Amino acid sequence: MINEIFSLHFLTGLLGATLRMSTPIILATLGEIIAERSGVLNLGIEGTMLFGAAIGFLTTLSTGSLWLGVLMAALAGMLLALLMAVLAVYLGLSQHVSGLGITLFASGLSMFIYRLVVGSPTTPPTITPFTPVAIPLLSKIPLIGPSFFNQYSLTYFTWILIPVVSIFLFRTRPGLRIRTVGQNPFAADTVGVNVNLTRTLCVIAGGAFFGVAGAFLTLAQQNMFLKDVIGGRGWIAIAMTIFGNWNPVAATGGALIFGFLDAFQLRMQSLGVNLPFHVFLMIPYLVTILALIGVSGKASVPAGLLKPYRREEKGG
Amino acid sequence: MKKLLSLLLITAITVSALFAGGSKEQQKGEKPFKMAAIFQTSIEEPWDGAIHAACEKVAKEMNITYEFAEGVQAADFEKVVREYASRGFNLIVGDAFLAGEEPSRRVAKDYPNVAFAFGSEHGPQEPNYSVFDNWIHEPAYLSGIIAGMMTKTNTLGVVAAIPIPEVNRLVNAYKAGALSVNPKVKVKVSFIGSWFDPAKAKEAAVAMIQSGADYLYAERFGVFEAAKEAGVYAFGNMADQNSLAPDVVVTSCIWDVYPLIKKSVESVKAGTWKAANLKNWSMMAAGGAKLAPYHGFDSKLPAKVKDKVAAVEAKIMDGSFTVPVDESEPVSD
Repeated sequence: MINEIFSLHFLTGLLGATLRMSTPIILATLGEIIAERSGVLNLGIEGTMLFGAAIGFLTTLSTGSLWLGVLMAALAGMLLALLMAVLAVYLGLSQHVSGLGITLFASGLSMFIYRLVVGSPTTPPTITPFTPVAIPLLSKIPLIGPSFFNQYSLTYFTWILIPVVSIFLFRTRPGLRIRTVGQNPFAADTVGVNVNLTRTLCVIAGGAFFGVAGAFLTLAQQNMFLKDVIGGRGWIAIAMTIFGNWNPVAATGGALIFGFLDAFQLRMQSLGVNLPFHVFLMIPYLVTILALIGVSGKASVPAGLLKPYRREEKGG
Repeated sequence: MKKLLSLLLITAITVSALFAGGSKEQQKGEKPFKMAAIFQTSIEEPWDGAIHAACEKVAKEMNITYEFAEGVQAADFEKVVREYASRGFNLIVGDAFLAGEEPSRRVAKDYPNVAFAFGSEHGPQEPNYSVFDNWIHEPAYLSGIIAGMMTKTNTLGVVAAIPIPEVNRLVNAYKAGALSVNPKVKVKVSFIGSWFDPAKAKEAAVAMIQSGADYLYAERFGVFEAAKEAGVYAFGNMADQNSLAPDVVVTSCIWDVYPLIKKSVESVKAGTWKAANLKNWSMMAAGGAKLAPYHGFDSKLPAKVKDKVAAVEAKIMDGSFTVPVDESEPVSD
C-alpha cells in the first residue's frame, strides 16, 4: 500500500484532484474575503452558490452555451448579494440573520426554478460539461504537468484571480478604501469615502464569485443539478476566510489543504485501509477545526465587521 | 337567541354537508379512492423518485386521487401524516426510515381504518401499518456477474452514499455476483457521506479508476462522468440511467415499486389490508426489481455474458437460486 501511495501515478491523480476539489472553495473564499474586508459577513454564501449552480446549469441546459451559463451564474449570485446588501448594509439588520435567511431562501428558490424548467423526471437532465484543457508544453512535464496543467478553464481562471484579488485589496487605492471601510468606517467617511456604497459593491462582487463557484460544480465538475449539490462548501469557505486571516493567498493555502485531504481520504477508502469510512470523511473537517483553533489567537478581524454603519452614531 | 341561532347554523351546515356527501356518492357510486405519499427529501432523490413514479402510474391507471408532500422535515413528519389521515385518505405511503419511522407508526395507531405502508427495516405494526424496503440485491448480483466476466483489470468499484443495510446488501451482492464468475476479482468501495454530492462521487470514482477499477457500480449520481472521461464502464442504480451516459452505463438495477403500490391499493379496496412486510413485492420474482435493458450494450456484450446473466436470472425468478443477503459493512479489498 505504501508503494502505491508513493507511485507517480497516484501522486499525479492526487494533485490533480486537489486542484479540482479546491477550486469552488477558493472562488467562494475570494468572494467572502472581499465582502468581509469591507465589513460584511455574508452567510448567504451557501445559498448563493446553490442559486448560481442552478441558474448556470439551467442557462446552459436551454442555450447549450457553457460560458453563458457561467455569466448567468455570476449575475444570479450578484442578484442575491444585492438583496444581502440591502438587508445588511442599508437596513442595518443583523448580518448573521440576513445571511442565513438568504441561504434558506435561495435553497427553496433554486429548487423551485429548477422544477419550473425541468419538472421532475426520474433521471435528471444533463448538459455537456467543460472538459479539462491541457496547456501545451507545460502539461508534458511529469507529475505537475498532468496534474496542474490539465484542468478546467474555470480552475485556471480561479488561479489568475488569486493574485488579482490580492493585489487589488492590498496594492491599489480602491483596495485601501475597502479595507478602511471594513476597519474604520468613520475614518473612511471623514475622508469622503461612501461607506455603504463601497460595502454594497463589495458584497455584490463577492456574490459573483459565489455564483461562479456554484456553477463550477454543475458545469465543470459535474453535468447535473441536484438539491444540496453545494454540500457545505460555502461553509468551508467561511472557515477558510478566517483561517487565511482575510488574506486571499493564505486562504487559498487553506482551501488547498482541505482539497488535498478530501482527495486523499477518497483514495485511502479505495485502497482498503481498514478504518470506518467516517474517519476518512471527517479528516478534512477535523484538520480545518484544528487549524482554526491554531490561528484564532492571531486573527486580525476587520474591526468594522458585523457592524452596520450609521453616520449619526459616530463616536457613540 | 344567540344560542338558538348558532344551533340552527350548525344544523344547517351539518345537513348541507351530509347532502353534499350524499349527492357525490350517488353520482360516482362510491367514494373516490385517495392515496397520499410523504417524502423526507425531494422526489429527485432516487429512492423517493421510485416510490413517487409508481404512485403516479398506479393513480393514473386505476383512476384514483394521488397527492404527495416532499421535503418533509423530521419535526413536521407527524403533522403531515396526521393531516392526510384525518382528510380521509385510504392509503398513506412514504419513504419513512430515519426520523419518519416513529411519527408514522404513532399516527397509524390513531387511525386504524387507514392503511399505512412505509419504508422500514423493522417489522409491521398491527393492525394497519405495513413496511417495505428497497431490494435490488438480485439485479445487483446480476450486474456483478457482468462486471466479473467483462473486467480486464480484475478490479471493480462501488461508489455509495452511506453504509446502511439496504446499501450494504447491494454492494455485497454485486461483489458476490462478480466473485461467482471470477474468483480473482477485487472490489473497491467508497462512501461519500452524502445523498446529493455528485461532484464528490465523481472524485471518488476518479480515485478508483486511477487505482485500476474498470466496472463501477454507481449507487449515487456523479460516477458516470468520471467513467466517461476515463473510458470505463458503470452500472446505474434505482432507475434505468442509460440515457445519462449511453456509452458508459451497461445496465441499471431497477427498483420498480409499481407492483407493491398496485397490490396495496387493490388490497385496501378489497378490504383485505393487513399489517405485513411487503418486501416480496420488491423482489425480482414479483417484478419489483429488475435489470434494465442493455440498450447500446446489447451488441457490445458477448453472448456468453448475456447467456450467463439470463440463466441466473431464470433461476432467481423460479426460486431455484436465492441471492444471499449480506448486510455487513463492505470495505475495499
